[in-house]
Amino acid sequence: MSVEPSMHPSNAGSEATVHARVTVFGAWILERVDACGQFALLWLWTLRAATRPHFPVLETARQMEAIGARSTTIVLITALFTGMVLALQTGIALARFGAKPYVGSVVGLSLARELGPVLTALMVGGRVGAGITAEIGAMQVTEQVDAIRSMGADPIQKLVLPRVIAATLALPLLTVMADVLGVMGGMFLSWAQFGIDPNFYLQTVFNTVTVNDFASGIVKTFVFGWIIAMVGCFSAFRTTGGTVGVGRATTRAVVTASIAVLVSDFFLTQLQVIL
Amino acid sequence: MSEAAAREVVIELQDVRRSFGGHAVLRGVNLEILAGETFTILGGSGSGKSVCLKHMIGLLKPDSGRVRVFGQDITRLPEHRLVPIRQAVSMVFQSAALFDSLSVYENVAYPLREHMRWPEARIAARVRACLSAVGMEGVESMMPAELSGGMRKRVGVARGIALEPRVILYDEPTTGLDPANQQRVGDLIRSLQQTLRITSVVVTHELDLCFSVSDRVALLKSGRIAAIGTAEAMRASDQVDVRAFLDGVRDSIEDEPGGRVSHGR
Repeated sequence: MSVEPSMHPSNAGSEATVHARVTVFGAWILERVDACGQFALLWLWTLRAATRPHFPVLETARQMEAIGARSTTIVLITALFTGMVLALQTGIALARFGAKPYVGSVVGLSLARELGPVLTALMVGGRVGAGITAEIGAMQVTEQVDAIRSMGADPIQKLVLPRVIAATLALPLLTVMADVLGVMGGMFLSWAQFGIDPNFYLQTVFNTVTVNDFASGIVKTFVFGWIIAMVGCFSAFRTTGGTVGVGRATTRAVVTASIAVLVSDFFLTQLQVIL
Repeated sequence: MSEAAAREVVIELQDVRRSFGGHAVLRGVNLEILAGETFTILGGSGSGKSVCLKHMIGLLKPDSGRVRVFGQDITRLPEHRLVPIRQAVSMVFQSAALFDSLSVYENVAYPLREHMRWPEARIAARVRACLSAVGMEGVESMMPAELSGGMRKRVGVARGIALEPRVILYDEPTTGLDPANQQRVGDLIRSLQQTLRITSVVVTHELDLCFSVSDRVALLKSGRIAAIGTAEAMRASDQVDVRAFLDGVRDSIEDEPGGRVSHGR
């Protein structure tokens, strides 16, 4: 700090405060930029690891089971109740316009285009993102990641690649299930609460929801799955400070992944509208 | 030292400097490890001993300076080109760093599966041989969480010798162990050196271990080598830093400020 000696001591004080604030802000920006660069590098290394020999087939299958198959219960419960509450709310709203029989159209469209993909991503992000960060973060602080490297193996190929592939593939599959079960939930509620014939309900769904609507939702989930696994792994590798650090990294991963899913959802949808 | 001068230099650090987050941990370390010897780096917590060790296998890269292993400059080598080095130099971590999700058997087999295209029977035989070399027969199917601290360290050593390395780096091999296990690990280091002619680099702050296994000893203080010599010479040394450390003068072994830094990627 080579600030010129000021003639007015009060001025010097405020100048120093401004200087300090700018310094703190600058450091914050630098840290963020640095993190973005490291995230990009991790992705680059992951792509490169995919092309190297010893592709981790078995581990990828195991992760598909852990990330995909074991998430079905929470995804299905979420979808079922979302479908039901959606039908309930839209039923009440549509009744005001005398359009109550068309609950199926609104429920189907909302689920396929938006709620199915996003709610599935948020639920899986919470469960899987936390799991990935906690597991690899604990390995990081107990030197197990270093141990992998010290034995001439690649932690990115062993740990990151299988999880990224598994999450990117599992999320679309889970979303398909969520879409279907959500529509069923809506169907059940429409019948029980509003007396809408299930056949008619399904007919309205199929008449409204096009393949395009359905596909536009599913396409986004590939990106969501990628985000969840990448953020989880990235956060894990940056874990420092023992078990407390693992907790902190896990929280950060879940929060970051959730926000990233919601923000990217907006931009992806905009992009789809433009294209 | 005249006969030592003729021996092959296995690992060489040249003016290695490394800092973490603005805190200089290594401030110009110069070291030569000779073939077949057991070399101990002594130092208080946070003196940079472990950081020094991790440079020898490329887990950390120096900010400046050079690291040579078997005559090859590994300072700027990318990870995949370090693989041959890491097959010949193995590291035993402070916490053993066994993979929690794998059984003892799979832990020891890990480096074999990574580098050898062996049939399972041959891997099994090698795993059994390594475990029996560290006195740990019959625990193959156990998980690391079921083992005591001393057992974990020994399994860590078994994993370390699976590829028949020329050099083993031991990071605080006896820290946190009871006296009997400390003795056992010390004996193990010596017997591996004698029977398999393995070069050993040991990082520790424990004097008993240091003087029971070492041929040569270096004292690391404030990121530099403060003293270096044969074990006998060090024990008899009247250099201030050495005496202070050996006699347990508080200032010299107390944690150095900012020394406990993390050094993740």
